[in-house]
Amino acid sequence: MMGLLEVVKYMNENSNHIACPESIERLLWRKKVRKTRAFQTLTVISPILLLIIWEILSRTAMIDPRFFPPPTIIIMEFFHLAATGQLFHHVGISLYRILGGFLMGVMPAIILGLLMGMYLPIRYTLTPLVMVLMPIPTLALMPIIIIVFGINDLSKMITIAGSVFFPVLINTVAGVTNIDHIYVDIAKNYGARSKDYFFKIALPGALPMMMEGIQMGQAIALLTIVAAEMIGANSGIGYLIWTKYKTFVLKDMYVGLVLISFFGYLFSLLLRALQRKLIPWQR
Amino acid sequence: MAESKIKIDRLTKVFFKKNSSVTAIRNISLDIKEGEFVCLLGPSGCGKTTILRILAELETPSTGSYSIIPGKAGKPLQSMIFQEQGVIPWMTVQNNVSFGLRMRHASKQELNERTEYYLAKVGLWEFRHLYPSEISGGMKQRVSIARAFANDPEILLMDEPFAALDEQNKFILQEELLSIWEETHKTVVFITHSIDEALLLSDRILLMSAQPGTILREKKIDLPRPRSIELVRSNPQMGKEFVDIWQHLQEAVQQHRDQVL
Repeated sequence: MMGLLEVVKYMNENSNHIACPESIERLLWRKKVRKTRAFQTLTVISPILLLIIWEILSRTAMIDPRFFPPPTIIIMEFFHLAATGQLFHHVGISLYRILGGFLMGVMPAIILGLLMGMYLPIRYTLTPLVMVLMPIPTLALMPIIIIVFGINDLSKMITIAGSVFFPVLINTVAGVTNIDHIYVDIAKNYGARSKDYFFKIALPGALPMMMEGIQMGQAIALLTIVAAEMIGANSGIGYLIWTKYKTFVLKDMYVGLVLISFFGYLFSLLLRALQRKLIPWQR
Repeated sequence: MAESKIKIDRLTKVFFKKNSSVTAIRNISLDIKEGEFVCLLGPSGCGKTTILRILAELETPSTGSYSIIPGKAGKPLQSMIFQEQGVIPWMTVQNNVSFGLRMRHASKQELNERTEYYLAKVGLWEFRHLYPSEISGGMKQRVSIARAFANDPEILLMDEPFAALDEQNKFILQEELLSIWEETHKTVVFITHSIDEALLLSDRILLMSAQPGTILREKKIDLPRPRSIELVRSNPQMGKEFVDIWQHLQEAVQQHRDQVL
């Protein structure tokens, strides 16, 4: 069975007419586009297919439906929780904590990172401190944080801030030190003073790596809040997941998991959009 | 008789690292007159970039001294045209060209006037809001040139600005540079590897030896201005000069190799 392309080629070889090169290339192009589209549908279909398989296996009890409730049940539970307002309560409070903690961590990290990157004395003084504190998981420090700040939202925010601080700091310092030395020379040659150097060279030059650090920070913030809420909270998505797990209402737990995944995805999309806005010069 | 613009007296630079030292340049003495276009030509590693960087205050001399004689007060002493990567990627074409003026905090009027003028002069007015990643190599070098000229320095330093361009673009940009330069006739110190480039652009060519760099010979190029590629290429005297310079350079490299081996 001959495809359209083969027909054209056949005609080319076997007649006095020569098919025009544009139509041949157009056919080849359409074939390529069809192939790409086919691959793209695979990307969309595969998760849906997975969900369908899960649904079937769970309903027929081939996998234990107590541990793996069917996706449709999870979706229904999602709407149920939304209707009772529980969902918005937990989501709202988690988002509030994430945002607060994120900002509390990112802002000092950027400022300190820029200063450390620009001024050697500051970098040499603070680097050992950073190296010593960084490996300590902030979650492990949560008991101390709670003792100092109390059992409230502030201590959760501080925990998040602590875990976001280090990746953003390190990436910002790297961003500044990795600025191609030629731009430093140019700034010097054209007489840039400290303040101009900071805002016109160091900051924008470090921005790409800084944003990557912030992306990392955002993912860590989400991780941290869920864990922090599991350990010591009575509200929030992490709390939802943990209590529902303990009381074995697993379908609610899955709703919580899906929410986390969704927010992680949403935040990275938002940050990518911010990145495109702040760094318009990258191709 | 034109005034001296740049005086260099026995300039020497040694780079010291751990326990070994490298003498980049030794006892360079020069007197460059106002309005002269001088080329430093020499093999790789002969220290020509070092001389330029010292003049640009990006390095300090080990011994010896130099001075750039200022004319009117308030003008920056020197501005450098860097190689292609010297265009700042996070600034638009316009902001790159106005960079020197902005760093000097020049008046808004002067800033806008000069930036507009030079953007138009290098033909980048329509592209002024684009980023360097969106323009070609030749266009980037035009930005570099506009930036240095817009800053209105006493002297111009040029570090192989056209080295990364293909030959045809090189010719085009060389002639463009000359036409922009003719307007203000500033003193220029230009570094190149290309003998053709030196013959086309300069009033005086200074041939340098291999490391440690010293000035071996001086050649005056008396061709009338304005010059063009055709003028230089079709001139038999220039052809002889080319060969002469090439032979000198080969000798210098050979001597250096003999010393080292």
